[in-house]
Amino acid sequence: MPQTISQKILAKHAGAKSVEPGQLINCKVDLVLGNDITAPPAIKEFEKIGVSRVFDKKKIYLVPDHFTPAKDIKSAEQVKVMRKFAHKYGIVNFFEIGCMGVEHALLPEMGAIKAGDLIIGADSHTCTYGALGAFSTGVGSTDMAAAMATGEVWFKVPEQLKFVYRGKLPKWVEAKDLILYTIGQIGVDGARYMSLEFTGPVISKLSVEGRLTMANMAIEAGGKNGIFEPDIKVFQYLKSRIKNLNSSFVIRNSALRSDPDAEYAKIYDWDVSELEPQVAYPHLPSNVHPVSKNRHIKLDQSVIGSCTNGRIEDMRVAAKILKGKKVHPDVRLIILPATQQVELRMIKEGLMEIFIKAGAAVSTPTCGPCLGGHMGILAEGERSIATTNRNFVGRMGHPKSEVYLSNVAVAAASAVLGFIGSPEDLK
Amino acid sequence: MRGHAWKFGNNIDTDLIIPARYLNTSDPAELAQYAMMDADSEWVDKMSKGDFIVAGDNFGCGSSREHAPIALKAAGVSAIIAKSFARIFYRNSINIGLPILEAPQAAEEIKEGDEVEVDLAAGEIKDLTTGKAYRAQPFPAFMQKIIDAGGLINYLKRNN
Ligand code: SF4
Repeated sequence: MPQTISQKILAKHAGAKSVEPGQLINCKVDLVLGNDITAPPAIKEFEKIGVSRVFDKKKIYLVPDHFTPAKDIKSAEQVKVMRKFAHKYGIVNFFEIGCMGVEHALLPEMGAIKAGDLIIGADSHTCTYGALGAFSTGVGSTDMAAAMATGEVWFKVPEQLKFVYRGKLPKWVEAKDLILYTIGQIGVDGARYMSLEFTGPVISKLSVEGRLTMANMAIEAGGKNGIFEPDIKVFQYLKSRIKNLNSSFVIRNSALRSDPDAEYAKIYDWDVSELEPQVAYPHLPSNVHPVSKNRHIKLDQSVIGSCTNGRIEDMRVAAKILKGKKVHPDVRLIILPATQQVELRMIKEGLMEIFIKAGAAVSTPTCGPCLGGHMGILAEGERSIATTNRNFVGRMGHPKSEVYLSNVAVAAASAVLGFIGSPEDLK
Repeated sequence: MRGHAWKFGNNIDTDLIIPARYLNTSDPAELAQYAMMDADSEWVDKMSKGDFIVAGDNFGCGSSREHAPIALKAAGVSAIIAKSFARIFYRNSINIGLPILEAPQAAEEIKEGDEVEVDLAAGEIKDLTTGKAYRAQPFPAFMQKIIDAGGLINYLKRNN
């Protein structure tokens, strides 16, 4: 039976030749991830199972990132639970302050993810790793607990959706706009329980970082996973991060592609040559409009960062726009490098100076305001543009505040303009 | 189980069910105080133990936080009836033993305040106010086993 790349990875980890949509399977996992919100309940459940060890000390990743550096006593206690657990079971990959980062930026950056892997994480944006050709999906804490004990997880094989992007991306239009446009077209449940496969000439030209941004938001369409066939760019990315990545791995996984006659529940085919930067208005990521639609949306804040857009490539775009400019006096611009490495590069490349001179506040890596945790919470009636991935009611603070989602260029330009606009409006 | 219906719309996300600002704890009793907070800040005081949530499509979309079904269960919700559920919320509810019923017609027709009776084993929903009966989508056998065991951890313990 012809298979998509997602089906091939699932089948391999289930020990089957092929799998069909709807089939319930049990899979071996290559990596299990948890953070400071989801790991503590998982640890509590794990202890109830009554096993004396974890399935593999090296395959469990614990990353406190949501409320870190601990914002209050309760969050500090949560991280303490993780730290104790990591010590007790000899878990190697526990990333404290000083080496941490937002989990979904950190793991690809450090070479923890490989093409062909099957990954689960107790965080919905675990789907990010599909950018590297892995089958990767979010689960809850109990699933994480069970997987830490058994190294296995059950799945219902998802149906497949294919998205083909053609044409040439206009200036200032980024990967973020492709995914916002996609969610706008199919809706927040348009891919519920399904796999999203991203392909086409525009995707081949896209950087690996851009693909990480797109896969990251597969969940915003309700998807189980988002995936890209790994190409030369992905293997170069992996080679620069993983020691001893041998050539047989590359050869084997270069063949990891969807069969030409694989079945899709639906295929979307779009020419994106005329696409404008997209902005998702409150309170759903699917509520997207072109940036030029409304020039009167005044802002109180702009946030650049998160697992969606907090990588060095994003910081470079922000710096290009902010160089020699000043943030609007009514706007607070908060920049959150997603990892320590990103922050270091920002310093080396002189971006930090550009940001600070522009009047931005630059934070240590954290999820922070992305989920309304800390480091930039909105008051009642306030409005923020953000490069994050969700704009639900109360997501960044007060239930009566508003979040608009955009790409980095728009968020940076808007911080200078004082209202939502594009870099073109700065001229 | 028997109780009153509380109606909610489509795409009720996990930030509405339990806002992230309360996620610095995972204590069920504490989480219960904030259940549905940003959808209706007085709901927790208005509802009674045993009541049902009746909602539209894609209930529980958004984050993977298991705190969402935990908060609802601890608040005393006996089951959620919806047109459809978001994937991770669906998994989490089964894993922690919060009954969920996918029943589009029931979700459409049951009104706020109606008295509802549910027979989980049979997958039957009765609106006692209108006298109408509905049938929920049955679970695949494997999931039913997890539900019968009282959640995934108990299921694993039993099968270890
Ligand atoms: S940056 Fe935001 S979306 Fe990403 S893991 Fe953190 S809270 Fe979640």
